[in-house]
Amino acid sequence: MQTATALGTPTPSAITFFFLIVALTLAITYWAAKRTHSTKEFYAAGRTVSALQNGLALSGDYMSAASFLGIAGMVALYGYDGMIYATGWLVGWPALMFLIAGPLRNLGKYTFADVVAFRLHQTPVRIAAAIGGILTVLIYTIAQMVGAGLLIKLMFGIPYLYAELVVGAVMLVYVLFGGMIATTWVQIVKAVLLLGGVTVLTLMVLSHFGWNPAELYAAVSQKLGQKALEPGTKVVTNSLDAISLGLALMFGLLGLPHILMRFYTVPDAKAARTSVLYATGFIGYFYIIIPIVGFGASVLVGRGVITGLDKSGNMSAPLLAEVLGGTPFLGFIAAVAFATILAVVAGLTLAGASALSHDLYVNVVKKGAATEQEQVRVAKISTVIFGILAVALGLLFEKQNVAFMVGLAFAVACSANFPALLMSIVWKRFTTAGAVASILTGAALSVFLIIISPTVWVDVLKNKAAIFPIKNPAIVSMTAAFVIGILVSLLAREPSAEASFEDEKLRTYLGVGAE
Amino acid sequence: MQKSTHEMLESPEFKKLVSGTWTIATVLTIVLFIVYYGYIILIAVNKPFLAQKIGVYTTLGIPIGVGVIIAAWVLTAIYVSWANRVLDVEVSRLVAEVQK
Repeated sequence: MQTATALGTPTPSAITFFFLIVALTLAITYWAAKRTHSTKEFYAAGRTVSALQNGLALSGDYMSAASFLGIAGMVALYGYDGMIYATGWLVGWPALMFLIAGPLRNLGKYTFADVVAFRLHQTPVRIAAAIGGILTVLIYTIAQMVGAGLLIKLMFGIPYLYAELVVGAVMLVYVLFGGMIATTWVQIVKAVLLLGGVTVLTLMVLSHFGWNPAELYAAVSQKLGQKALEPGTKVVTNSLDAISLGLALMFGLLGLPHILMRFYTVPDAKAARTSVLYATGFIGYFYIIIPIVGFGASVLVGRGVITGLDKSGNMSAPLLAEVLGGTPFLGFIAAVAFATILAVVAGLTLAGASALSHDLYVNVVKKGAATEQEQVRVAKISTVIFGILAVALGLLFEKQNVAFMVGLAFAVACSANFPALLMSIVWKRFTTAGAVASILTGAALSVFLIIISPTVWVDVLKNKAAIFPIKNPAIVSMTAAFVIGILVSLLAREPSAEASFEDEKLRTYLGVGAE
Repeated sequence: MQKSTHEMLESPEFKKLVSGTWTIATVLTIVLFIVYYGYIILIAVNKPFLAQKIGVYTTLGIPIGVGVIIAAWVLTAIYVSWANRVLDVEVSRLVAEVQK
């Protein structure tokens, strides 16, 4: 079934909104570039970002095109199960607040590796942490870039190759010239546009149903059957799978380098906490209203039309926008989705570049002895390397099924990065060997287990039965990372690490000496 | 009297601050687990419960799903409010006592 839609053709409104957004963000970059000279400005926006600004920027980093188009699509096609999926994406934020927000801000400088390496031997820990961090960022980037290419192709009719090049070039300009200041403001613009756009879409759906959600649900039930409003088996098949995925979503957030990096842009731990509260509010609000958009699309557009354009359901929100607000509104929503992709990729690139330059080059190759000028230069070179890598990976994985990549990024983050980060903060006996073993175990095990799990072994590689039964390996790989980290630390004491635990503790809890 | 790092870490006030911080963090994390996993396990073991109607068509699962999201935000707000009222006051008092 196919109906007339302007989707997939570059309409005047889509092009206008697209250029307006790009012009605005480039103007911001120009302004930010004049304020970006030192490493503190390049990596951490000079630590002058306010709590509200950082709250919006955190939401911008987190709410990717997958959350916007993907969850709306899931609700449109699978009903209530899409809602279950949405709740899982929020629960990491309170955990981030309770367990690491304050210490992370007090202990680190630019990257989470600063915290892990605080009192351990720099070289091995930095290398291991950079491996965990870069692996997470790369996997997340592949998911974003492939998604970006396909979405832009679908929405604007631009060929995949050009879509990748446009995303790569524009976001590279943001990061290269404007560093964290530009990236933060691009995230803020994107978060405001996304929250605003989805709010308007939600209000239009509700106005269509007499401002009464019950009437929307009635229409869903009549058109698609009551099953659409009941939990099915799309997200939660059995308890073990659901618990493991929940762990990955909850603790994966606590190991996402591009999110953790944002904590260094605010002046102190109090601002860091307040920014998480804002972010949790914005993201929670977003996940509460996005199912209304999805349900609205399933009734007003219809599942047949949605899957006719794209089987995954990603086009349900843009199609709904067209039905409710005509081609101009479709153009606006398409441009917002594009801005969403740009901003998330920019954030990831900055995080990847900081791991390359700050963790590997400055702290491993140069042993911390690099001039300010050299550090900024290396940061910019790393940005270009990472930007080219992002486009190359996007092109390489074009024809691959990358739906599992976001889940994998969260699994690697919660297994490789989070255990070492938490143990370095709370446990005096934690050693260099323990940290390295924990990070490498978490990284290798999460990647290996997902390959032999149903997610890749059956869905991607088309084998009959999986070797490892759980779809997301977090429950095994994260536990293993903790156990290995503890056992290896207990094998041999590290007196120097224990000796500096007192200074670390004072800084963790009182912020004495925090940068 | 100004305290050295070691004296500060050994002081009962500092120990109370650390244990208080982790008590709050642990309790709230456990509540978060109960709320979220309670919801997920409910879906896994008792779908009919969430499928029961509370309106003509609206199912109980819908407000419960929204409730999980709101609860997550409320827990975050409780932590921030505690940190602003109790933690920050105590931290600035102790910082003043540490030798620079």
